[in-house]
Amino acid sequence: MKKSIQDLRIVSKEYPGNNYVLLKMTTTDGSLLPEMLPGQFAELKVDESPSTFLRRPISINYVDKDNNHVWFLIQMIGDGTKKLGSLNEGDLISVILPLGNTFTTDLTQGSKALLVGGGVGTAPMLYLGAALKAKGVNVSFLLGARNIDALLQLEDFRQYGNVHTTTEDGSHGEKGFITNHSVLNDEKFDYIFTCGPKPMMMAIAKYAADKKIECEVSLENKMACGFGVCLCCVENTKEGHKCVCSDGPVFNLKKLLWQD
Amino acid sequence: MARLDVKIGNLELKNPVMTASGTFGYGIEFADFIDLNRLGGFIVKGTTLKHREGNPYPRMAEVPMGMLNAVGLQNKGIDYFAENIYPELKDFDTNVIINVSGSTIEDYVATAEKCNALENIPAIELNISCPNVKEGGMAFGTSTKSAEDVVSAVRKAYDKTLIVKLSPNVSDIASIAKAAEAAGADSVSLINTLLGMAVDAEKRTPLLSTVTGGMSGAAVKPIALRMVWQVFNAVKIPVIGLGGIMNATDAIEFLLCGATGVQLGTANFIDPQITVKVIDGINEYLDRQGCKDVNEIIGALKV
Ligand SMILES: Cc1cc2nc3c(=O)[nH]c(=O)nc-3n(C[C@H](O)[C@H](O)[C@H](O)COP(=O)(O)OP(=O)(O)OC[C@H]3O[C@@H](n4cnc5c(N)ncnc54)[C@H](O)[C@@H]3O)c2cc1C
Ligand SMILES: Cc1cc2nc3c(=O)[nH]c(=O)nc-3n(C[C@H](O)[C@H](O)[C@H](O)COP(=O)(O)O)c2cc1C
Ligand code: FES
Repeated sequence: MKKSIQDLRIVSKEYPGNNYVLLKMTTTDGSLLPEMLPGQFAELKVDESPSTFLRRPISINYVDKDNNHVWFLIQMIGDGTKKLGSLNEGDLISVILPLGNTFTTDLTQGSKALLVGGGVGTAPMLYLGAALKAKGVNVSFLLGARNIDALLQLEDFRQYGNVHTTTEDGSHGEKGFITNHSVLNDEKFDYIFTCGPKPMMMAIAKYAADKKIECEVSLENKMACGFGVCLCCVENTKEGHKCVCSDGPVFNLKKLLWQD
Repeated sequence: MARLDVKIGNLELKNPVMTASGTFGYGIEFADFIDLNRLGGFIVKGTTLKHREGNPYPRMAEVPMGMLNAVGLQNKGIDYFAENIYPELKDFDTNVIINVSGSTIEDYVATAEKCNALENIPAIELNISCPNVKEGGMAFGTSTKSAEDVVSAVRKAYDKTLIVKLSPNVSDIASIAKAAEAAGADSVSLINTLLGMAVDAEKRTPLLSTVTGGMSGAAVKPIALRMVWQVFNAVKIPVIGLGGIMNATDAIEFLLCGATGVQLGTANFIDPQITVKVIDGINEYLDRQGCKDVNEIIGALKV
């Protein structure tokens, strides 16, 4: 897919939770946004933040084709993301996109997919859920967070499937961690997709491997370029070092060395 | 519109702007962003005789106005390059240069010989300055004796333009440059990355798997400029300047300090179109300064 670099304009800024912003962006000249696929990401340039030298990789949260908007859900964790979160409607951000590969979306109609997101790792699951539902896949989401304030976009998720939640303090859904949620025992899935903190993904991966369920994970290794030229972001796989930015970020669990 | 073409050895460049090895992939990755034919040249990833997996993750740490890397020359080897990558690169209307690395003199020579056979590769850049591999690499670039040994051995095996890339991790870079010149280098390029380190205080761990790594980016520019100036005053062969160039003004500063060509490295990560912007910016500067030819400003620093 052809990559583009362009300034996008913030058309709306929302606060879906404490410390998170949702930026909805569009082109400056009314042209159509490039095609983007679930699992892909963008590299956002951060201006006027002296401690932020490199761009910041942010997942495609959703593509609203009707309005020509791309959504970025950003957790304000350090200087770069705080600066992005301080921008306002009308401001421009230089964005490189689309980057990386995509989740598998051509599943058989009627098959059951579980989309597991922890923390801001829920971000790519929204667009993935929408794409899977459009293909007639039966979608369930399992979303986990520290507390209710960090459970984001639940209304949006509900449009595409059943939503199961866990919070560490029990303020929403089942109390505890994602990997203990009852849905994992009560239902059978054909496919699992996951993005989030590595320990969570590894636990989900173990569950998938034990149950022999196909599983794709989206990794968030530290990146310098985001488009496959610096070789900084590698994950060691069964085929050697692979770039998370260009060979990933989505990997089939069978390719990774997590089980060994 | 001033003349922008420069010569480095037998190499004719349509303008002084090239890209730095390891920051530009094989060039093709940038084809969506720029017209590669506009570049004076581009230098592909560090290439070794045999396939190398490189260092374990994590390999990158951001630092104020720069970054550290510890990639460790991950590449598929010169044969893979010749068979699979070269066919895609050979018809570009620009100079495609291979950055050659090794851990023994024999490796360097064998790789250079294979490069010699690639018709549309007009030059190699001998990397005697990689701080990220245990054996060799930088070791060759840190003493005049070993620099001379490896350069003269490669010189015998390679008859096109030979550029030697110098390490800044030395106390007297001019003496290494002179050794490379005496051994037959057509040009020297500098600087490679500066050996650095970054620490996670909370976890009490280094941020790189290799503990130390190579620093690049805006923060290294003053050191790179100083070294280019020193080397320019010490050798007769053309100097290629790099290290921390983020825009046209930075590039012009290197030209004024004596660089005949420049390379852009880390800046490509932040703006993949930076190379063409720098070419345009140099042109505008020359017009503004009333210069007809970029060669008028090379080494034209008033001191
Ligand atoms: C492919 C990909 C997609 C991503 N998608 C999103 C997204 O949709 N929304 C979102 O909010 N974030 C996302 N991230 C993570 C985001 O890029 C980082 O949080 C951001 O770079 C931090 O920048 P900063 O300047 O705010 O913080 P920094 O000051 O750089 O770091 C703050 C803290 O965050 C940690 N950190 C930084 N980068 C990462 C990382 N890549 N993984 C884990 N920890 C990190 C640092 O170690 C440090 O402790 C994604 C990362 C990748 C690689
Ligand atoms: C990720 C990365 C990989 C690099 N790999 C190589 C390499 O393979 N060979 C080499 O000679 N220099 C390599 N370098 C060094 C650059 O070519 C350049 O000398 C250095 O980054 C300074 O320039 P800059 O500040 O413009 O990036 C690498 C630099 C980076 C950041
Ligand atoms: S971040 Fe540069 S290759 Fe992946």
